[in-house]
Amino acid sequence: MTQLSALYQDVILEHNRAPRNFRRMDDADRHAEGRNPLCGDQITVWLKLDGEVISDVSFDGSGCAISKASASLMTAAVKGKTRAEVAALFGRFRELVTGETAEEARGGAGQAGGLLGDRGVSGAGQVRNAVMARAQSGAGQRS
Amino acid sequence: MPATAVAATGSPPAGTPRLDVARVRSEFPILATRVHGRPLVYLDNAATTQKPQAVIESLDRYYRAENANIHRGVHYLSQLATEAYEAAREKVARFLNAASCREVVFVRGATEGINLVAQTFARPVVRPGDEILITEMEHHSNIVPWQLLAEQTGAVLRVAPLTDAGELDFDGFERLLGERTRLVSVVHLSNALGTINPVRRITAAAHARGIPVLVDGAQSAPHLGVDMQALGCDFFVFSGHKLFGPTGIGVLYGREALLERMPPWQGGGDMISSVSFERSTWAGLPAKFEAGTPHIAGAIGLGTAIDWLSAVGLDAVAAHEDELLSYATAAVGRIPGVTLIGTAREKASILSFSLGGIHPHDIGQVLDLEGIAIRAGHHCAQPVMQRFGVAATARASFALYNTAAEVDALVAGLGTVRRVFAQ
Repeated sequence: MTQLSALYQDVILEHNRAPRNFRRMDDADRHAEGRNPLCGDQITVWLKLDGEVISDVSFDGSGCAISKASASLMTAAVKGKTRAEVAALFGRFRELVTGETAEEARGGAGQAGGLLGDRGVSGAGQVRNAVMARAQSGAGQRS
Repeated sequence: MPATAVAATGSPPAGTPRLDVARVRSEFPILATRVHGRPLVYLDNAATTQKPQAVIESLDRYYRAENANIHRGVHYLSQLATEAYEAAREKVARFLNAASCREVVFVRGATEGINLVAQTFARPVVRPGDEILITEMEHHSNIVPWQLLAEQTGAVLRVAPLTDAGELDFDGFERLLGERTRLVSVVHLSNALGTINPVRRITAAAHARGIPVLVDGAQSAPHLGVDMQALGCDFFVFSGHKLFGPTGIGVLYGREALLERMPPWQGGGDMISSVSFERSTWAGLPAKFEAGTPHIAGAIGLGTAIDWLSAVGLDAVAAHEDELLSYATAAVGRIPGVTLIGTAREKASILSFSLGGIHPHDIGQVLDLEGIAIRAGHHCAQPVMQRFGVAATARASFALYNTAAEVDALVAGLGTVRRVFAQ
């Protein structure tokens, strides 16, 4: 179970089982839909802005455990942050999933890297692929 | 294989030779691979099959000893390569029971074959409002070329419905055969559902109205008999790599009378009779459709794969695979939470399923860590997924080298999946 538990960490399984902020938001200020044509994953993210601050965020859709858990963690990470803070977080996350090694990730990416930073190299590669595919397909539009 | 499984599903017909699976397996070097420390269990044969030593050696031999361009040199190697390439065409013609080699066109694969027919058979004759009839179980490769044609010509794509078991609703299909139908294009063996379509019945119904039929044989060619005279179709396409041959080579079979009146597919060398700046004339069949230097090694490798498969014996292969599919259907179907997608009476080689609310990618990922290769996704058949209300399925697909022990490994792996994702 070593490789298995490296990939499917408890945090992923737990967020997959009980995703945070997993709901539609009818009065959202912004929403974006991401689809991955390779695997058919589809996720919609909604958010509400209070000035510069993301006061609420939610998502729904279907995807594998890793994509669902990462969306869940993402909503938890950005809620209450300013747009600038989220942009910086997004930049670091993007760097993490597209460029750095797992070793570098452990040092640098902080909260956003929580998913990747604690796992073995093989797991990181797989998660990186999954997240990257989603990030590429879901570089969202605004409503 | 447990005796009960055989008894429950019926034994192969008397007289069918049994497949020596251990010997077959020993001819596939890649099957000795270990994945994550486990023996490889390769159950993704509908995506592509592995290659026997004979095919690998024929590619090696061609590049070591026979490589030259074909149809142009007087020199020794060119003649050798030309003979080998044309011998491969003869093997394909025999395999398909085509009337002649003139009916066998080498293409890149089934996809290119369908596109060729769409653009050179259909496009010149289709008028706005004319119809192309397909079924709801088609692979994207038998949907999108017709949509491109529809955009170019104003033709309309009609789609025959499926039953809940994943069988063609034949009455629904017949109702859609009409005055405006210019071509019927149907899959022989569905890659997403495993359904075998009643191609002879389809062909008879279409021909009764003077409508030609294309059959997508990408999945059927390695598993079922594909006798053109028996099927009665007008076009048939398949891919070499799903038939134990190389990638990048495939076949379009077409009735000579139809191919004759079709314009060329691409222009270039090898497809002409004469060229001047004012006018060029086309070569005869099948060269008219083979512009440029073809995948010579691929065609030769495909010929070897056909020889190899024929020597093993398609009857024995079909009997072995049917037994395996029945065993797998029963064993996987017993797992709590499993829903089989595609339960047609006539099926071959493919087991598509969902498991509770577990995403198929997670199933595939966990199985991979056990060394088991399956496909997870929409299988390039998104309309099929929509029809059955799922975003994706997990799919195990079998070939002649798979064993009941591998099915047992799959079942055990699915047990691990259920434990990891216990909800």
